[in-house]
Amino acid sequence: MIEQYIPLILAILIALLFSLFLLKASSWFGPQRPNPEKLSTYESGMEPVRTARERFSVKFYIVAIMFIIFDIEVVFLYPWAVNLKNLIDLMGFFIIAEMFIFIIILLAGYLYLLKKGALKWD
Amino acid sequence: MTTYDLIFYLFALIILVSAFIVVAARNIIYSAFSLLFTFFGVAGIYVLLNADFIAVVQVIIYVGGILVLIIFGVMLTNKITEVEIKTESFQVLPSIIISGIIGGTLVAIFTKTNWKVAEPQILDKTVTEIGRFLVSHYMILFELAGIILLVALIGSVMIARKEKLETEEVEK
Repeated sequence: MIEQYIPLILAILIALLFSLFLLKASSWFGPQRPNPEKLSTYESGMEPVRTARERFSVKFYIVAIMFIIFDIEVVFLYPWAVNLKNLIDLMGFFIIAEMFIFIIILLAGYLYLLKKGALKWD
Repeated sequence: MTTYDLIFYLFALIILVSAFIVVAARNIIYSAFSLLFTFFGVAGIYVLLNADFIAVVQVIIYVGGILVLIIFGVMLTNKITEVEIKTESFQVLPSIIISGIIGGTLVAIFTKTNWKVAEPQILDKTVTEIGRFLVSHYMILFELAGIILLVALIGSVMIARKEKLETEEVEK
């Protein structure tokens, strides 16, 4: 049972080692001749103003929470969807109605969010 | 089963070390990133328990979603320019006593109880079984989960909108 996860573990290990290698490779192999201009913050040729560590707008929080909620919705949809044919044989179209109730409940939240203008980026 | 045990203890080590860093780190962002490894370790334990769907869900939702939300939370609230938010340990003695009592109780229950050991059932398709139970036996709970998600969505919108109105008034 565990044996079938060996490729996955290998993929994770290779990804980890390769990204660590790439992170360090430029400092190992590249020539380093720093000067003050090179070491300053790159801001598309502009002089950087203020600090980058500012407080974020709370609007990002709505996007993040929307992402999680619809992420969870997909997680609930998935085991239902892969088994749909068997389930219809077993219980009839009742289970489709059931999933649609679930989707409509979440859709109500989405419509509320739209009506409130929470996604407007002004 | 020695490799199984080895993998289990490896994941357990990852969980314990990273969870300790979560609690002990002085900088809150280090705690948040250390939590990532805790979640990954728990996903590994789920894989060892043959719960592959739960493991994937753990990675997708906790690592991909909840952790982003936590880091967002840090960035939203933290006035990094003025004060550095540090976590600090206080009330060390009472917390050691209380967690010692709780931990001792759990260990006592674990050793004293006469656990019934079931034959491990190995399902080749856990997802279909989960789907079947979700829409039949746990139907009400499934719809309730939808309502809880709705509450979370509406609650976050309420909080964020209120903030926005306040800032508008300040700007005026």
